[in-house]
Amino acid sequence: MHDNEAVVELRGITVEFPGVRALDGVDLTLRRGEVHALMGENGAGKSTLIKALTGVYTPTSGRVVVAGSPVAFTGPADAQASGVSTVYQEVNLAPNLTVAENIMLGNEPRRFGAIDVRAMRRRAAELLARLDVHVDPASSLGAHSLAVQQLVAICRALVVDCKVLVLDEPTSSLDAGEVEKLFTVMRTLRDDGVAILFVSHFLEQIYAISDRMTILRNGRLVGEYRTADLPRRELVHLMIGSSFEDLEKLGDAPRREQAAADGAEPLFQAVALGRKGSIRPFDLDVHAGEVVGLAGLLGSGRTELSRLLTGTDRADAGKVLLDGRPVRLATPRAALRRKIAYSSEDRKAEGLVGDLTVRENIVLALQADRGWLRRLPARTVDEIVDRYIAALDIRPANPAALVRNLSGGNQQKVLLARWLATAPRLLVLDEPTRGIDVGAKAEIQRLVAQLAADGMAVVFVSAELEEVLRLSHRVAVLRDRVKVGELVNSDDVHLGDVVDLIASGEAS
Amino acid sequence: MTRVQAIVRHRLFWPVVALVALLVANTIKNPTFVTLRVLDGHLFGAIINLLRQGAPLLLVSLGMTLVIATRGIDLSVGAVVAIAGAVGLASVAGAPDPGSLGAVLTAFVLALAVCVLAGMWNGFLVSVLGIQPIIATLVLMTAGRGIAMLITDGQITTVTSAPYKAIGSGFWLGLPIPVLLAAAVMAAVALLTRRTALGLLVESVGINPEASRIAGVGSRAIVWTVYVVCALFAGLAGLMVSADTMAADANNAGLFIELDAILAVVIGGTSLAGGKFSLSGTLVGVLVITTLTVTVGMMSISPSVTPLFKAVVVIAVCLAQSPAVRERLAARRRRAASTAAAAAEVAA
Amino acid sequence: MGALAGVRPRAVRSFRLDRRYLPVLGTLVVLVLMLAVGGGRYDGFVSGRVISNLFLNNAHLVVLAVGMTFVILTGGIDLSVGAVVALSGIVAAVSFQAGLPAAVVIPLVVLVGSVIGLLVGVMVHVFGVQPFVASLAAMFLARGLCYVLAPESVPIRDESFVALSSWSVQFGDGWRVTSAVVIALVTLAVAVWVLQRTRFGRTVYAIGGGEQSARLMGLPVARTTVLVYVVSGTCAGIGGLLFAMYSRSGYSLTGVGMELDAIAAVVIGGTLLTGGTGFVAGSLLGVLVLGLIQTIITFEGTLSSWWTRIVIGALVLVFVVLQRGLMGRRTT
Repeated sequence: MHDNEAVVELRGITVEFPGVRALDGVDLTLRRGEVHALMGENGAGKSTLIKALTGVYTPTSGRVVVAGSPVAFTGPADAQASGVSTVYQEVNLAPNLTVAENIMLGNEPRRFGAIDVRAMRRRAAELLARLDVHVDPASSLGAHSLAVQQLVAICRALVVDCKVLVLDEPTSSLDAGEVEKLFTVMRTLRDDGVAILFVSHFLEQIYAISDRMTILRNGRLVGEYRTADLPRRELVHLMIGSSFEDLEKLGDAPRREQAAADGAEPLFQAVALGRKGSIRPFDLDVHAGEVVGLAGLLGSGRTELSRLLTGTDRADAGKVLLDGRPVRLATPRAALRRKIAYSSEDRKAEGLVGDLTVRENIVLALQADRGWLRRLPARTVDEIVDRYIAALDIRPANPAALVRNLSGGNQQKVLLARWLATAPRLLVLDEPTRGIDVGAKAEIQRLVAQLAADGMAVVFVSAELEEVLRLSHRVAVLRDRVKVGELVNSDDVHLGDVVDLIASGEAS
Repeated sequence: MTRVQAIVRHRLFWPVVALVALLVANTIKNPTFVTLRVLDGHLFGAIINLLRQGAPLLLVSLGMTLVIATRGIDLSVGAVVAIAGAVGLASVAGAPDPGSLGAVLTAFVLALAVCVLAGMWNGFLVSVLGIQPIIATLVLMTAGRGIAMLITDGQITTVTSAPYKAIGSGFWLGLPIPVLLAAAVMAAVALLTRRTALGLLVESVGINPEASRIAGVGSRAIVWTVYVVCALFAGLAGLMVSADTMAADANNAGLFIELDAILAVVIGGTSLAGGKFSLSGTLVGVLVITTLTVTVGMMSISPSVTPLFKAVVVIAVCLAQSPAVRERLAARRRRAASTAAAAAEVAA
Repeated sequence: MGALAGVRPRAVRSFRLDRRYLPVLGTLVVLVLMLAVGGGRYDGFVSGRVISNLFLNNAHLVVLAVGMTFVILTGGIDLSVGAVVALSGIVAAVSFQAGLPAAVVIPLVVLVGSVIGLLVGVMVHVFGVQPFVASLAAMFLARGLCYVLAPESVPIRDESFVALSSWSVQFGDGWRVTSAVVIALVTLAVAVWVLQRTRFGRTVYAIGGGEQSARLMGLPVARTTVLVYVVSGTCAGIGGLLFAMYSRSGYSLTGVGMELDAIAAVVIGGTLLTGGTGFVAGSLLGVLVLGLIQTIITFEGTLSSWWTRIVIGALVLVFVVLQRGLMGRRTT
């Protein structure tokens, strides 16, 4: 690793929003032919910094220097024209257009003012081939997997002479093979002299691919380091700083309690429950006081299974028994009536009602169950809201704050409070710890353990196997939308056992 | 932030300014504008007239506010106004004694029942079949006037019936019945939305339908309800309009009232994107539009030019409320504040 | 952990026939069915005269629907077009009255539409006013201006304009093509070309696919959004011109509710109101279907004219429900 010339220099970048200083005098140097990781917890200012670089935000103060000359991009288009391209986590392309159009839109080869479709497809095919992606340029983008769409987005960045490629959490929805593919692409580009700014939450990936990293914390620069010189523990310490103790707590505290009594009748039974195109019929028992973890890769059917358990999607096969008696869960409303609650993985789209207050969000499910005619008395509402704000340590502790202004962790807590307020007997938590800071994560894990200890049945879904393994009494393993097995958890069960099951589809 | 700034930044500041400006202009032009007279125990005056003219629009706009809050829109209200008038008058005309209270009540109930059916139809398309509201209600908007024509057989039905006429131009306790009715409906809606959980659930469905569904909100019932309520109110407005002239004009009754109602709701600060709604805002919006119409008459300008003035007010209010303009103003304020701060620093 | 994220099973989809063409095909089927039924019931229904008249009477609507398609493809809507038709008609009539030559008046009339469209576009894009409200304001504005310019109907007597409007080619058994039809079809052809083969056209689709994405792709969203309304306004201007050629007058009450016919035609033509999917050719078919309804009711003779509205409403309903079924199957 040699110190190449700097392609991008950000100096003293400060970005302010009304009432918030999102970035405070941050520096960043990107050099030719390096993969540079931008590290930090949620809210550290990573995306703000990227947006300041690409001209989405105008910095309140500070300089952006690209290839030696100061610039002030007016937006992503302007930045791209100067060779600074960005690929975002949620692929921002037009699913209704073809792959070739998505790659070339804005740069199409033209003849007599008209798009030369044939030349466009040829050029797109060349770019796809350069990244070793095999798809038909004339096919509709929406028909392809997210991973392919992401690679198409990178192809798009390569259409213009790309000096700097910003990858904002590109790996969060990819599987191992796809990540490896992406890394191969990144290495190729790096060797061609492209400077890559890479954001990821996965430390393994950072160490596998990056040469250097810049760490941010609370909108301030912590420092720039060579990846090889920085041990992981040290990196985590730098990223979370004073909240390091939380990580320590995470190590031991929240853990499953005593396993549920054997032979007791399950609270909830799914019998050959399934839905075409979503998940193959499966059986699943959940006892009171038990945490059942769902493990599997993204897209293995974890979310689909959770949705069937809770009536969020309607099952077209099998049945559900509650206390041994068959019940019909056609809608979330029917499930909530039976005290079964579902906390969606997609907090923003399927969980919170952003423009309503913390108070309204917490009582929403309770009120919905009562119907619109019987309003909850104001005193009851205040009591419930105050109780959960205190119990879950929701900050700010202001019931009248709009939920969309809260941080990710606190939003998740508000959502949990909503479900807890309905006093569920079965609580299905789909990725409750995703995208929130370490402290809040520990709190939520502790809460799950506590709820089970108090007799609630919990189904716990997480992409992080360690977490699933630590909290669950039993782990159901999914692969390719089939439930392939179940492990009764004990101290002898290790991560490797679950991984084996996922990989082989057979219990070892 | 000072109190003045708080007031200026209030959502309804510019609409209220527009309203006051219009009222002042009227008063300057014609000082008797604000005077009220008592004649035969009834209150008369330009302001009373204004309220009376605004009553049907207020009714329609209240329903529209709820529909818009659920991310919907109801383009069919104008057609429903026409249908209500057609059914009401046709029923009275067909009664053996058009002047009897019984015949009139039957007619009202029949007309409102038909409107509820129309609302159920819209609600069915939107909430059960999941069709976009603008298109779902376009169906009845297109076909509705045709249906009204069928009912009146293409004629402009005219009837004489004193009790029927009262809903349009009668007085009670010295006040015009349409105004009283509209005020009562407004109070009822306010109670219904804020004293029950309807308001919360409507907003929740409007802001995030999927999250609301998962939280167990019966979105379908709620959405369906608001379309029925909207059509019911439009029906009531239709009865008022038809009683005013005692003629069911299927072509022109309630023509463009849907547009005026949508404008009133938007001027009142409820976003067409759904979510938070403001009934008082809608009231202000209705008053602005009605006053505007009256003002054009007062200024002895041809009433056919009214659209031009409406356009000006709508554009002005929309621009004043637009995020772009607000941001620019806010930036200017910030800059002024920071310059002041810098100046203070230098001085220190 | 990250190494254990998964393959999203690729959606299995058949590509026998691109789904995007289904709605347009549906419209075509309806059109053919209507012709068949009409031809079976009435003598001389499927004749050169009737079909020529179908185009003749609806040339202005074709142009309006073409412009409306651009707007709806981006997910917007333009309610001002009916009023713009009236306004441009009146501008034409008043200018001719003032003695301006046709060479000046015709571009001027089209320009009036463009300017109103520009106004809507600026309100929508720069000021963030919802398209519905912005175009509503423009509708009121245009109507108001109509009354200011000429409260009464103004006849057009300019010789070259009259000559232009009465130019026609006749061939075969009753077939007739007028200048208005030629203008409408040329507009249509240009629109097809622009939408399918230019950056602007593809950007229109991209915006319909997702405005935020289009912006992050670095596409000129601002310019395109404004331009789409200019296109629609311009088409309304041309439509007004065609209507003036048809009626040889300008009148402030022209085109009341014509925007609804245009929207209905676009919807019946298979364009989704959510944007991103649809074709101008479909909108042409939509206009023809609307025109045929009118024709059938005329041929029927005993049916009152208000049945037209009811049938159009019912047809919009049928198409919307069918589209809904189509989309529904795709999402679940």
